[in-house]
Amino acid sequence: MADIPAIEAEGLAKRFGATQALAGIDLSVAAGSILGLLGPNGAGKTTAVRVLTTLLRPDAGQARILGADVVAQAGEVRTHIGLTGQYAALDDYLTGRANLIMIGQLGRLSHRQARQRADELLERFDLTGAAGRAVKTYSGGMRRRLDLAASLIGRPEVLFLDEPTTGLDPRSRSVMWEIIRELAGAGATLLLTTQYLDEADQLADQIAVIDAGRVIAAGQPEELKARIGDDRLALELVPGADTAAAAAVVTAYAAGPVSALASSPGGGGPQISAQVTRRDGITTEVVRALDAAGVPVTSVTLRRPSLDDVFLTLTGSLAVDPQPAPGPALAEVTGGAA
Amino acid sequence: MTTSTLPVTTGGRSAPDAGAPRGGALRGGALRWWISDVLVLTQRSLARIVREPETLMDVTIQPIVFVLLFAYVFGSAIAIPGGGSYREYLIGGMLGMGIAGTAPGTAVALVTDMSTGLIDRFRSLPMSRAAVLAGRTVADLLTQALGALVVAAVGLAIGWRVHTGIADTLAAFGLALLFGYAFTWAGACLGMVLRSPEAAQQLGFILFLPLTFISNAFVPTQGMPGWLQAIANWNPLSALAAACRHLFGNPDPAAAVQVWPMQHPILTVLLWSAALLLVFAPLAVHLYRRKSLA
Repeated sequence: MADIPAIEAEGLAKRFGATQALAGIDLSVAAGSILGLLGPNGAGKTTAVRVLTTLLRPDAGQARILGADVVAQAGEVRTHIGLTGQYAALDDYLTGRANLIMIGQLGRLSHRQARQRADELLERFDLTGAAGRAVKTYSGGMRRRLDLAASLIGRPEVLFLDEPTTGLDPRSRSVMWEIIRELAGAGATLLLTTQYLDEADQLADQIAVIDAGRVIAAGQPEELKARIGDDRLALELVPGADTAAAAAVVTAYAAGPVSALASSPGGGGPQISAQVTRRDGITTEVVRALDAAGVPVTSVTLRRPSLDDVFLTLTGSLAVDPQPAPGPALAEVTGGAA
Repeated sequence: MTTSTLPVTTGGRSAPDAGAPRGGALRGGALRWWISDVLVLTQRSLARIVREPETLMDVTIQPIVFVLLFAYVFGSAIAIPGGGSYREYLIGGMLGMGIAGTAPGTAVALVTDMSTGLIDRFRSLPMSRAAVLAGRTVADLLTQALGALVVAAVGLAIGWRVHTGIADTLAAFGLALLFGYAFTWAGACLGMVLRSPEAAQQLGFILFLPLTFISNAFVPTQGMPGWLQAIANWNPLSALAAACRHLFGNPDPAAAVQVWPMQHPILTVLLWSAALLLVFAPLAVHLYRRKSLA
């Protein structure tokens, strides 16, 4: 029993009209670990979660939760899982407490058990003060917390969190992170989807990078980061500056190839970017060296690798198209509304 | 594998039910859980009414307006074949309209539900699938019962009286609510087919208005053109109105109409109710499953 993966998927495929939302996904999540499903909008994350939580039937492939098939044994799967979707799945007109009690009872708790559990969760998620208010009066962060509480009321062994922090302010986000860590520490198996590399890095034991319905990379955060590389140094030069000279200067500090663009997307001057292995003092040194070489600089930034960098490295194209193609974007919309 | 893994209590306190595998409750007692699910969801729908009582306008204000409008404005120009008071005639028809009139509301509520994430939550729980629809229709039945009481009260106020016994009176209300409940499932189907609450509201109105007016609910059919008479006499709402009038001992000109449903209004309503339930309840459940599984 202990050897069965908590979540297992083989060749999951799902098509919505002309859009192939899932094109053969394989996943395996060991019990008690956290999988971060990382990908841009429309990559198929939500569709994957919906298939794994029995909300959608896959066109092909298989998935099992604690050994139970999500299609053939959907009823049993539902006794093991908790789901927190992208949009708070709550009744706006009920109070926070009434929502939890209702969901607890529908999740096969007795009224007394549901009430008791609701009060525990309200306290844990710092919602006791708002428990008697209708949910439509809640702030975004409160709704998310209540939504997460609702998915925990039946003590699920496997928890799915679909973009749990999207749209949250930084403080609510860090509260959510803390809760997720605590849940994992208590032994639950979690699958969380995110568009943020740092979030997956912070929370997940394993990351699966998903793009156009496929897993394009999977591994521990460290392995993935090693593949993606180091911090990025980005420079913008004064328009008309000597790009070649600047690139030559930066190469001395770079850990890999230096890229140079003749102009910035926003209409600014030339851009130089490169991966660097260290952070301390490097921006000062580069600016001094460029100054010495007579190249005027408009701005210099040092940043962590982003999801874009992950995709640039893994697929050679940007994750988020500035003008999203209707296809992939539609996949998640359809998946949500279907 | 532990069955209970998420201690969300602070400071290591754990609930007394910790460790109870919740799957265990699934075995046996399926019917008991089904009833429990329906009750929980009925309660949910009623809780919304308590918070927003204005959602009850279609079974409170609306029938009062209609009764007053017809009793005092149109009624003065309507003659009852065979004689009798129009106000007494009116209430039997009004009862059916007030009750069946909640069906568009059923559609609107379900479309609204389907468009939120809450239905996904329900579907990820080990609960009965059909309970979502059943809970809604049971809640609507209760609002229909309230509507029936409002119609009766305003009727009594304008001079409507029952001339039979308590058993016949209860039978009339029971028949109206049975038909109303069956009709609610037609509204549920509409709610499963449409995409927006606005569309449900409008289409419900467009379908419902002719259904109530091309009947004997407000006007005896004898004065209608022949072809319209045929439609009106076979309209189930005509049978319901005739059955209620008959049971209340109110003027019932339909008894003189030589068409089978008007000669057997009670049986007609029973048959219609059974047919509506047999067709629309399974259809609504089927549409719900299909819609949600995509």
